[in-house]
Amino acid sequence: MAVALILVLIAVGSVLFHMVSPWWWTPIASNWSYIDDTITITFWITGIVFVAVVLFMAYCIFRFRHEPGRQAAYEPENKRLEWWLTIVTGFGVAAMLAPGLFVWNQFITVPEDATDVEIVGQQWQWSYRLPGADGKLGTSDTRNISPDNPLGINRDDANGKDDVVIEGGELRLPIGRPVKALLRSVDVLHDFYVPEFRAKMDLVPGQISYFWLTPTRTGTFEILCAELCGVGHSQMRGTVMVQTEAEYQAWIGEMSKRTFARLSPPQN
Amino acid sequence: MVDVPLGPAGAVPPTEMEDMELYHPKSWVTKYVFSQDAKIIAVQYSITALSIGLVALVLSWLMRLQLGFPGVFSFIDANAYYQFITMHGMMMVVYVLTALFLGGFGNYLIPLMIGARDMVFPYANMLSFWFYLLAVAVLMASFFVPGGPTGAGWTLYPPQAITSGTPGGQDLGIILMLVSLMIFIVGFTMGGLNYVVTVLQARTRGMTLMRMPLTVWGIFTASFMALLAFPALFVGAVMMLFDRILGTSFFMPAMVEMGQQLERTGGSPILFQHLFWFFGHPEVYIVALPAFGIVSDLISTHARRNIFGYRMMVWALLGIGALSFIVWAHHMYVSGMNPYFGFFFATTTLIIAVPTAIKVYNWILTLWRGDIHLTVPMLFALAFIVTFVNGGLTGLFLGNVVVDVPLSDTMFVVAHFHMVMGVAPILVIFGAIYHWYPKVTGRMLDDTLGKLHFWVTFLGAYAIFFPMHYLGLIGVPRRYHDIADMAFVPASAHTLNAFITVVALIVGAVQLVFVFNLIWSLYRGRRADGNPWHATTLEWQTPETPPPHGNWGKEQPVVYRWAYDYSVPGAAQDFVPQNQATIAHAAARPAG
Repeated sequence: MAVALILVLIAVGSVLFHMVSPWWWTPIASNWSYIDDTITITFWITGIVFVAVVLFMAYCIFRFRHEPGRQAAYEPENKRLEWWLTIVTGFGVAAMLAPGLFVWNQFITVPEDATDVEIVGQQWQWSYRLPGADGKLGTSDTRNISPDNPLGINRDDANGKDDVVIEGGELRLPIGRPVKALLRSVDVLHDFYVPEFRAKMDLVPGQISYFWLTPTRTGTFEILCAELCGVGHSQMRGTVMVQTEAEYQAWIGEMSKRTFARLSPPQN
Repeated sequence: MVDVPLGPAGAVPPTEMEDMELYHPKSWVTKYVFSQDAKIIAVQYSITALSIGLVALVLSWLMRLQLGFPGVFSFIDANAYYQFITMHGMMMVVYVLTALFLGGFGNYLIPLMIGARDMVFPYANMLSFWFYLLAVAVLMASFFVPGGPTGAGWTLYPPQAITSGTPGGQDLGIILMLVSLMIFIVGFTMGGLNYVVTVLQARTRGMTLMRMPLTVWGIFTASFMALLAFPALFVGAVMMLFDRILGTSFFMPAMVEMGQQLERTGGSPILFQHLFWFFGHPEVYIVALPAFGIVSDLISTHARRNIFGYRMMVWALLGIGALSFIVWAHHMYVSGMNPYFGFFFATTTLIIAVPTAIKVYNWILTLWRGDIHLTVPMLFALAFIVTFVNGGLTGLFLGNVVVDVPLSDTMFVVAHFHMVMGVAPILVIFGAIYHWYPKVTGRMLDDTLGKLHFWVTFLGAYAIFFPMHYLGLIGVPRRYHDIADMAFVPASAHTLNAFITVVALIVGAVQLVFVFNLIWSLYRGRRADGNPWHATTLEWQTPETPPPHGNWGKEQPVVYRWAYDYSVPGAAQDFVPQNQATIAHAAARPAG
């Protein structure tokens, strides 16, 4: 009796906790609300299953608890019931997978008009590179990294000369314009994570990974590293500020003084 | 099988092989230390694994103290914190859970439940324990070397695992971890071969595969998987050891370590992840499948009812085992691997939910129209179902690739895997120990202490890990030594962390009640006869309790029926042991 009651309390309590607790996702600041929607669908389906299973167990414990004279029913299997349950489960799983894969397809398909932004991670800070006036990022190589070329940009690549380099500072993005984040690391694995953006991806040394997003509200957001990268992992923080187009253009104007060509003149 | 004939059972096939020649030990050392008796080896594995579990439990308290009361315990700095989480994780997953389920329960229960006298390779079985003990010693040694143990996370991802920015990376810590894993895998290959071959070749007369209890099916499937999965970890460990010691570049790309260009190029960190998770995902099912099998037997025995859908349960175990080898990259959705893999692995991952769900339905349908005795083992079995369903369902969030993007590397993942692998299988371990203790020792564990242990552990563990999911939803990352100064995290979340820590300490403390019960009952527990739970399976039908060397005395048992003849209609008793030829009619048994 008490056991059945406690199971009911667990089921009901968990649902109440979900509805009443102040701990929910941070308000979104990007176009990826589809991810939130898929999470909501998943909560509904899994929530119903959890409550149904636990309440059924509670009922069984109450109704079929041992009493003198009780005899259990002998029933090795029930093919019809088992197949029916399997098929219903299959549908439930498909109902979560289908929207999930649909949104994943959007996640990996970058819009044509997205601007490139490079995010470079190292132990334990973030750096950024904007493509500059020509809209193209120059090539880079870890072997080029030196004190006056901290991001390892290739000096021979003309596209790189006007790249804007921001070392350990603040990244800014304009609202409403899709951005393709090109990610690379100069040492170990890192992960660029802004909870409000939802999108994130690991930075892997030796290759370039990506994700894309469109910021949908202005504000200042924290960047967290989300892949264990050594003792400084918790301290590898940064900020990204989403601004209106006008504010962003003003900032870009300021930043153009910090092109690669100006910061790191070639040794002649 | 539905119409069970009362009266004598049918014919039983004749013996195919001679009774095995057992090694009979002469000295105390060969009887209790270098024992070749699977039952002694099982106890050796179990005591070692539980002791390591206590160490890992203490490490978890230290981690929780830092998370709940940051900065208060200044000795838990970032270095120490990462060492604690790494050692806690590796110890619990590999050295405690795998060793306990396969080495502990497998060794004790497989020969007894299939009517064999011992494992088919007793000498290798003995060696396997000593390899395990050596692996444990090497791992523990890393606490005492300069630089301390590795702090790379239990997943040991390169390049950071072997670089100077990670504790133990450029010291002995990572080397000892990798060597320990390699020794462990050698030992478990010997053990795994024993368990698989014994089940296939040493079953007694009449014990067909489809008459074996689900406990055996679960451990058997898990052992088979271990033989296939552990090699991937072995080669990954060898390659990382070479990268660390010989300067090779299996996993090391061109990189700059703290301002210095390294003499490496061309390696792939993602290659390690594929190798690790090709092992790592089957590994979590190697932990889960024995728990599935054992809990089926706990529920059917204590509800006096056949397990519902036995054949589907067997197929589900095999299906989950097979499918578990093609889902691994769901741990790598945001690793930077080819994004198109996400479609494939999300699909296979959600498909594996189907046979798993079937097992859950069959467990609860076994309760339906049962005759449920709320004994301590039954309580733990019920708690398993609740926590496993909870943990398994949150896996559906993480398996659905795009949903995993914001949730990966947050506390949502930590909550998920603790609930589904930390809480649920450990509840089964406890239930199994309360259930089989009378067979191993001839005495019952104390019931009152058992219920206290149960309620605090179950409700406490749920209170720890259920709310933790919501910290992950906020976006609180995992593996953070310090989560102060995060503007988006409300102050109430820090209060929640403190609450979780306090509950964790209480749940930890109550395990001492369990340890006390284990030792006290050895001397003062109520004496049990050979079959105190009136169970059908063969281990309860031994001529002596505890079973002697050779298990069965002069002759091995003969099996006439499956493992679940509980509450057979019209029978005199509500259970019929597997080796009982005839079912006696009930004299005047009132219908239930």
